[in-house]
Amino acid sequence: MTVIDTSQPPSEPARKVADFRPSLLLGEHSLCPGCGEPVALRVLLEVLQELDIVQRTIGVVGHGCYGSFVRIMDVDVLQCLHGRAPACATGIKRVRPDCAVFTMQGDGDMANEGLQEVLHAAARGEKITCVLLNNGVFGDTGGQLTAATVLGQRTKTSLEGRDAETHGYPIPVADLVAGLRGAAYVARGAVSTAGAVAQTKRMLRRAFETQLAGAGFSLVEILTMCPTGWFVPASEGPGYLGDSMEQAYPLGELTTWRH
Amino acid sequence: MSEHEGGARRSSRGTLVIAEDRCKGCELCIDACPPRVLVMSSELNEMGYRYPELTPGCTGCTACQMVCPDFVFSVYRLTAATAPGDRRG
Repeated sequence: MTVIDTSQPPSEPARKVADFRPSLLLGEHSLCPGCGEPVALRVLLEVLQELDIVQRTIGVVGHGCYGSFVRIMDVDVLQCLHGRAPACATGIKRVRPDCAVFTMQGDGDMANEGLQEVLHAAARGEKITCVLLNNGVFGDTGGQLTAATVLGQRTKTSLEGRDAETHGYPIPVADLVAGLRGAAYVARGAVSTAGAVAQTKRMLRRAFETQLAGAGFSLVEILTMCPTGWFVPASEGPGYLGDSMEQAYPLGELTTWRH
Repeated sequence: MSEHEGGARRSSRGTLVIAEDRCKGCELCIDACPPRVLVMSSELNEMGYRYPELTPGCTGCTACQMVCPDFVFSVYRLTAATAPGDRRG
């Protein structure tokens, strides 16, 4: 089998169509193999660059594995108390309405710790963009069950799989937010396939456009792989996501605002 | 390996630069590649992971770059299709 030398760029005429990472990503992360969160971060930063709003963007992050991105993203970031990112983002946006303000939160952060914050921010129609990285586990603390864990999913605290009788039913955050009048754009994407990544990027772009137009609250839920927390090999993460999470959380736009 | 090895010589419309030392061996790119021209190496990188290698037939579609969590791929589209293996002098 012929293996092509890929250590150097091609010497013959060629056009670079995709770089390793956007220039806003300064270094490498230390997250697990097969994690979906760095992919979500990459498309988010690409959207900020394409909209040319990097210099007036402020991010607010909750607590989770994605907290380590603070060190490697060239965007102003505030890290706040667990689950309180939408409340902090509200304050920032009201004081600096010219800024684009986004939050990056996991499902444990948004659905367990801070469900009240995100629902109230959405109901008030705060002109912020919330990004929910939903992988169904508290990854940073070792893989416990969250409110968004789907039925049947195994976690460290539901080794036999989530059972509605014992653990209750999962909370679909995007669907809750979509039911509120203050929410102008709500969508759910995934990072399990190249097509899904492209769709998620379009959703993030529309969410920021909604904020910049002053139309109201926007939220993009992104289903991400956590093979470590799901007890599956890294290469089977996307398949597991499609078979379990996508069935419980269908992808697509739930609320759209138009000019 | 010789570029003349094997009967099927697929032409490549694209090519990659693979930062193999960054790879954590998750293999997401292997399944994501539409023409299925990525294979995992038998060698290990500095961190002890196997990494993807490119075989002829790349279309430069960027699917591998889009799904890669470790930013391993940079994608080029060749301006003229060429035979594999003989374009880096």
